[in-house]
Amino acid sequence: MSKLINWFSEGRSSGKYTLPFVILLLAVTVLASAANLLLPQDSALYVSTYSITLLGKYLCYAMLALAVDIIWGYCGILSLGHGAFFALGGYAMGMYLMRQIGDRGVYGHPILPDFMVFLDWQELPWFWHGMDQFWFAMIMAVLVPGLLAFVFGWLAFRSRVTGVYLSIMTQALTYALLLAFFRNEMGFGGNNGLTDFKEILGFDLQADSTRVSLFIITAVLLAVVLMLSQRILSSRLGKVTLAVRDAEARTRFIGYRTERYKVWLFVYSAVIAGVAGALYVPQVGIINPGEFSPINSIEVVIWVAVGGRGTLIGAIIGALLVNYAKTRFTAIMPDGWLFALGALFVLVTLFLPKGLIGLYGQLKSKRQPASSQEVTS
Amino acid sequence: MKYFISFCLLMFASWMPVHAATTDVLLEQLTTTKLSKLPDMVEQLEAQGDESLLPVFRAWLAGDLHYVKDSKAIVVETDVQGKEVYVDPFSQEQLSGLSSKDVKKIKVNNKLRGLLRGVIARIQLTSNNADVREGAVRELLSDIDEDTFATLEVLYPKESNNDVKEMMQTALSIYTAMDKSSSQTSRVAAIEFLGGSLENDVRNALLKLSRDKNEVVAAAADKALVDINRQVERYALVDQLFFGLSLGSVLLLASIGLAITFGVMGVINMAHGEMIMLGAYTTYVVQLIMPNYIDYSIWVAIPAAFLVSGLMGVLIERLVICRLHGRPLETLLATFGISLILQQLVRTIFSPLNRQVSTPSWMSGSWEINPVLSLTLNRLYILAFALLVFLALVFILKKSSLGLNVRAVSQNRSMAKAMGVKTEWVDAMTFGLGSGIAGIAGVALSQLTNVGPNLGQAYIIDSFMVVVFGGVGNLLGTLVAAFTLGIANKFLEPTTGAVLAAILVLVFIILFIQKRPKGLFPQKGRAAE
Repeated sequence: MSKLINWFSEGRSSGKYTLPFVILLLAVTVLASAANLLLPQDSALYVSTYSITLLGKYLCYAMLALAVDIIWGYCGILSLGHGAFFALGGYAMGMYLMRQIGDRGVYGHPILPDFMVFLDWQELPWFWHGMDQFWFAMIMAVLVPGLLAFVFGWLAFRSRVTGVYLSIMTQALTYALLLAFFRNEMGFGGNNGLTDFKEILGFDLQADSTRVSLFIITAVLLAVVLMLSQRILSSRLGKVTLAVRDAEARTRFIGYRTERYKVWLFVYSAVIAGVAGALYVPQVGIINPGEFSPINSIEVVIWVAVGGRGTLIGAIIGALLVNYAKTRFTAIMPDGWLFALGALFVLVTLFLPKGLIGLYGQLKSKRQPASSQEVTS
Repeated sequence: MKYFISFCLLMFASWMPVHAATTDVLLEQLTTTKLSKLPDMVEQLEAQGDESLLPVFRAWLAGDLHYVKDSKAIVVETDVQGKEVYVDPFSQEQLSGLSSKDVKKIKVNNKLRGLLRGVIARIQLTSNNADVREGAVRELLSDIDEDTFATLEVLYPKESNNDVKEMMQTALSIYTAMDKSSSQTSRVAAIEFLGGSLENDVRNALLKLSRDKNEVVAAAADKALVDINRQVERYALVDQLFFGLSLGSVLLLASIGLAITFGVMGVINMAHGEMIMLGAYTTYVVQLIMPNYIDYSIWVAIPAAFLVSGLMGVLIERLVICRLHGRPLETLLATFGISLILQQLVRTIFSPLNRQVSTPSWMSGSWEINPVLSLTLNRLYILAFALLVFLALVFILKKSSLGLNVRAVSQNRSMAKAMGVKTEWVDAMTFGLGSGIAGIAGVALSQLTNVGPNLGQAYIIDSFMVVVFGGVGNLLGTLVAAFTLGIANKFLEPTTGAVLAAILVLVFIILFIQKRPKGLFPQKGRAAE
């Protein structure tokens, strides 16, 4: 066990916070779950199932932010289309959940989901086959985003599309998918998407225990992904990635095939986004084409920027903070939220280029000389 | 035989007074005639050959013709602000003191309507206005009887206007072709003439003829139909091309400002769409301020929109973008934040609902080239306007000192700075110019779509595609790319549907970037990455 922890926490200095952060994350998760399941409802410390689901949703967003941070913070690729991978993972899970409904749908068809019966389809489209198996759906949730990222990344990085060009292309990618998934003919439920899920692996999705389990699974997976990413990025591959971020041409001249590093990192990041999407759907109970909209993807980037890019933990903190603020803000004054979000974009890029984590570093380095003076005097 | 003569005499006796009657008497008789006898009355009225009867026939056709119960005077019912008002058909004067109880309607049925249409058309045939005459002949195409044919045959040699003459010949040919008693050669000749016409009624007549018992005639009609269909297809293509050009002109207007700012400063302005939106809202506000001068409002709105969006652009550049110099990705994020703020601002001020901007009268309507092809005027004007803006911009960049500075900075910023170009000033001016043009694009868009807070969002991704496709910092590339994408979109649409067409174009651009990462017309120079 200690060997495993060593393996995870060794490497770059910023990694030293990873283990305490993971312990904190898991501790909070266990406490919140226990408070929901064990305490009576009228207890002061009781955590409602609604809050648990909300927390689970935040953690999915955090994982998505982590995925964006991996390529933006460590490789300098600003993806404005990561919502697409998230949504594709979500759709894979949604298709599985849809098949689980079976004949309990409104129309009671044993095989076809409700929307297909409604559209008067006679048989299941080919890409819906096998989706009734959990393992197959989960492979798809990882494989489809990964494959799309591979094809897109391979095409883009090979022809050296970089900077704002690449950002715009990723945005166009998710926009194209948005338009495509809105079409009824695509066979993904069109405008309404997939919803009305009943159960996952035989467990009722509305039950408290299922919700808490999903929340715990999300937290554990987030912790695993965080540690794994920390490990990967502090390895040799990670160092080359940093070199690509800071001076791609120079790295290429030294002899590295920079596009290969970029493609693999992009695929890894897309897979994480897909997993986050697959975890997100059973908790919120719906997936629709709105998840593909470019504004969703660009919001993720601001979570990362708020927390601090290139720190991994910062991305998670940023996602949690901004989403908590969003939940509170939209409840108090719905119109104000877009003002606040817009201001956040401007202010963070202007005054907090390294995010909150960077702010901590800035304040510390300001105080350091003063404290050392104290010691000498 | 005796009976027959007496019958004739009786008939004659009953007809006599009618033939001698003047128009006024006839009109008075209208009020007492039974519905079944009304067709005779129409013929007799027509025989008066009086153009002044036209309003009566028109009102009759529309079912508005009434008579006053007491005086038996003919009146026309019209609707003024929801109230029925009665008007004298000849003087057009309003008759006061009449209510719906004092009058009775003169009946009309389908047979009468057909007759009346023919009568109106025949009266109009002698009008002094060539357009009225042409319209009258077109009206007659669907249903030509012997009388009309005779009338047209008389009028045809006297006609001086070529368009009317051709329309008349079309009408005559339809009759000849349909007339089973005329010779086969003259029928075939008539059908051959009809092959050049695009009128709907001609097509209907030919369809009927293609089932004719005479095989030669049927074959000729088939051939003529094929000719017509080919022509219709050709004009449909022109129509598609026009819509493509129209979309292209919108894309050009929307993206050209973006191309300038991106080309010179290397930053993407995500708030560019909101500059378009501001321009559209400026048009709306200008129309609110001068509601009585909608026709001229556009001439105020264009400079106003340029100023509003341009000043906003300068403001954004000074406050945000110049502080993020050399960090294009951060600039992208910051301007995206600004776009969110501007959208919400408009939503708060003007409500999230769409606003209707009215089109000046001289821009509405369409230019009808022939029965199957008509181009809407507003799209035509916007196309011309987009090209004009493009030329003006090219002129500014090539001939003015600002243009010289802009080109210098876009080619080599540090060298330009070393030569004494105030790059900061150039940046601000470029941004203002690009945003101002976006504002003008907003004025144009307000004439085509509804004005709402999301107006800019709808065009921003497409504009980026145009810039990426055309190559950065190259106005000609933007022009070519905008029209290529516009036309490609409209030509794909009928086969694939609008959404799939948009997706295909996006995929095409993603693939295109593989081959030419710097766009259609890359900037030449030593700017290696």
